[in-house]
Amino acid sequence: MELKGLTIARVRGALESGETTAAALAGQVLAYAQQENRRNNAFLVFSPERAMAQAQRIDEMVKRRQPLPPLAGVPLAVKDVIVTRGLRTTCASRILANYVPPYDATAVRRLEEAGAVIVGKTNCDEFAMGSSSENSAYAPVRNPRDLERVPGGSSGGSAAAVAADMCVVALGSDTGGSIRQPASFCGVVGLMGTYGRVSRYGLVAFASSLDHIGPFGKTVRDAAALLEVMAGRDPSDSTSAAVPVPPYLAELDRPEARDLRGFRVGVPREYFAAGLDPEVGDRVHSSIERLRGLGADIRDIRLPHTDYAIACYYIICMAEASSNLARYDGVRYGVRSPRCRNLSLVECYRATRGEGFGPEVKRRIMLGTYVLSAGYYDAYYRKAQKVRALVARDFSEAFRDVDVIVTPVAPTPAFRLGEKTEDPLRMYLSDIYTITASLAGIPGISVPCGANGAGLPIGMQILARHFNEPAMLRAAQAFELSGAQ
Amino acid sequence: MAEWEAVIGLEVHVQLQTRSKIFCACSTRFGDPPNTNVCPVCLGLPGALPVLNQAAVEMAMKAALALNCRINRFSRLARKNYFYPDLPKGYQISQYEQPLAEHGYLMVEGPAGPNRASETPAVQKRIGLTRVHLEDDAGKSIHDGFADSARNSYVDLNRSGTPLIEIVSDPDIRSPQEAYDYLTRLKEIMLFLGVSDCNMEEGSLRCDANVSVRPRGAERFGVKIEVKNLNSFRFLKQALEYEIDRQIAALEDGGTLTQETRLWNTDEQRTLGMRTKEFAHDYRYFPEPDLMPLIVSEEWEERVRAGLPELPEARRERFRAQYGLREYDAGVLTVSRPLADYYEEVAGVCGDPRAAANWVQGDLLGALNAAGKDITESTVSAQHLGELVRLIGEGAISGKIAKTVFEKMLAGGQTPQEIIAAEGLAQISDASALEKVVAEVIAASPKQVEQFRAGKQEVLRYFVGQIMKATRGRANPALVNQLLKKHLV
Repeated sequence: MELKGLTIARVRGALESGETTAAALAGQVLAYAQQENRRNNAFLVFSPERAMAQAQRIDEMVKRRQPLPPLAGVPLAVKDVIVTRGLRTTCASRILANYVPPYDATAVRRLEEAGAVIVGKTNCDEFAMGSSSENSAYAPVRNPRDLERVPGGSSGGSAAAVAADMCVVALGSDTGGSIRQPASFCGVVGLMGTYGRVSRYGLVAFASSLDHIGPFGKTVRDAAALLEVMAGRDPSDSTSAAVPVPPYLAELDRPEARDLRGFRVGVPREYFAAGLDPEVGDRVHSSIERLRGLGADIRDIRLPHTDYAIACYYIICMAEASSNLARYDGVRYGVRSPRCRNLSLVECYRATRGEGFGPEVKRRIMLGTYVLSAGYYDAYYRKAQKVRALVARDFSEAFRDVDVIVTPVAPTPAFRLGEKTEDPLRMYLSDIYTITASLAGIPGISVPCGANGAGLPIGMQILARHFNEPAMLRAAQAFELSGAQ
Repeated sequence: MAEWEAVIGLEVHVQLQTRSKIFCACSTRFGDPPNTNVCPVCLGLPGALPVLNQAAVEMAMKAALALNCRINRFSRLARKNYFYPDLPKGYQISQYEQPLAEHGYLMVEGPAGPNRASETPAVQKRIGLTRVHLEDDAGKSIHDGFADSARNSYVDLNRSGTPLIEIVSDPDIRSPQEAYDYLTRLKEIMLFLGVSDCNMEEGSLRCDANVSVRPRGAERFGVKIEVKNLNSFRFLKQALEYEIDRQIAALEDGGTLTQETRLWNTDEQRTLGMRTKEFAHDYRYFPEPDLMPLIVSEEWEERVRAGLPELPEARRERFRAQYGLREYDAGVLTVSRPLADYYEEVAGVCGDPRAAANWVQGDLLGALNAAGKDITESTVSAQHLGELVRLIGEGAISGKIAKTVFEKMLAGGQTPQEIIAAEGLAQISDASALEKVVAEVIAASPKQVEQFRAGKQEVLRYFVGQIMKATRGRANPALVNQLLKKHLV
């Protein structure tokens, strides 16, 4: 069947009508993805056996006319920082080149239980550290819209896989924009739920207080469908929330969700200042006009602590990373330096970690170690926590007057491979519009809102208050549907 | 020559006896084959997350409350970062800035030391407790015992994630004996609470000490030395004695001390330098982002407080007041909760608390010690021992026969009544039956009768002996005396 633009609803229709089988679809997707992968390197590993076993289970259900689970037969790609039982999980790092997890992440388990068919693991920045998917130990991912450009990062492989129809939906992880920014670079939908909405159990930790698992889809509805399956309390993750999960899809299907009458949309001045590519600014502004056309009440708002967010974010995420990555020491699993044979324990640690981690990971471990050190903790980590609280307060105050906030996702469209690799600070600035929501723990979604003159996709970010994913999804889908007409 | 004073603070780690580990469902059982009680969480596998065991929190609360601490309504777990092969996550989850409990104290006996067999009440000294906090244990590195131990070390992660509490004292301890007493009291309390088995050999009770010396009367503390590897009560005392002498000698020689960590070396009977301050770890503590803050509500605290058992101190006091025991006896009988419970049951059954104390302390503990057993492994139940003591009181058997019966009871199972019946050991308190024996003995001993009548009172003992011999010890001694006097005079 036609893979281009394939959605969850079409897969379901095709299975129910007998147009295809889950096994046939999985085979077709795998063959196509393996071929495309030579061009864009979106996948690190394919999982044909696991996919086929799952597809056959679905086909059995179809044959027996059993009610099909919500994601029956839907080909899914999983970012390689999310563990999959028996399926190599490298985090795009040399240090885990040989690591095969003995358990599944909760999100993966829930999606498979809902019928999803995992076709493989996607490439990304090493341990999700990066904004371009160039920091992979297994070669960068290329943007399917322009192979000379990056797909964004760190979940670039998942975004590219969805954009290139190498799967229908994908999982990514978002710590400071790692789902939303690649979604905008590749022209797909990427969603980060409220912190605690989706269990992190099985997400290899980068910065625990900021990490999220979230979905990519070609439509808002598909992203919402994955969220609905994954969301909800998980006893294995103490930070997962016991807040009930609303029926996101049912809410999107309500007739009144098609417009935004009575909806208050905030536009923060701080997100349209210096540094924003004019074409991106134009597209987002005209998208805001489209929202107004849907009946939304557009309001100017202020988020005054935005300027401090980047520094605050990088201090916190690096501090947590320095601790989270301490376990990769070559003692129990992963790759141990072959030189260890003749080395002392400490020298063996140095050799293993020196050879196993890439430069960006090392940079973050070192900076993170520094900001937590005796004598520096107060000046950096503690202060960053205070700033984080102020950024969060900015949002809670703003959400008193608006239902959602709309901003650009990234200052520019996809940049060229190698363009920013020599300048970490410039690379870090590509997260400037996404990290504030990460710090505040609020949900955000990136929806395509057009392209620049060169045809590169541009994304619009919609944010909502904690656990108000329904408002965020409604605005995103109303916007998406208004463009399709 | 200045007079020196030692200043000591102890950091004690106590393993909690929860069934499962502190952050996962794995068993905490000791002695299983290496690396069998493990899962992604306690192995520190990528993506695994900790979930705090509420039973561990409650045990820690019990310990903290028994140590007179204030429980913090809000506390946080924190990561303590360091590298070691038996630390699978690369950090220990502990508590730092906001511990579970603070500001406690423990009363220890004063300068006269413990276990004095005196009737005078002990002088009590208050040792402040800085904090009690929760943390997870590391695994175990095994450096010897393997063919390739010269080159390789092995790691067993069964212990990884076992819940611990760390109890930090204020620098209030002034002598090795006081440190010994403090640790003794602490262990006693933990045993009474049932939160730990406090087995130092298996590492469920561990102790480090911070020691300095200063001229007596000085306000400022001297240079602090941390002493580790104090794996028994004896080592604690020996190491502190050595270390205090070493520090004093160094200062009296005009030298200076530098802050460092030293290890007690049992073989050499001295402390050896391990690392100086410059090489001290920077643990880079920060709040554990994988766990929510630990909130202890007032209701929860009250529920735990209400469930606290009677503590050794209070029980000792009660034994003295209620049973009229001497301080020494009360002390011995409250060394552990099972022993105190055992004693109380014996006392209850026999109705003679002092006799019960003598039997439990003397015969029973003597037999158990000889067999290398603990009170919980006693083959004689408290019920049976109580009955035995009651039978003596009732005059059914003599104290001497009771010892024979007790010997047989050690074999297990039989009640004293059964043994007495089977062996025909019941006391003869029937005057007519005894009178016959008395008459026979008197008739057979004319010479002794003559001596007695000549005023030689000691000869009475000869008659008693003869009668006991004839009755195989079963004669009621009081009755024998009475009858002898009647027939001889």
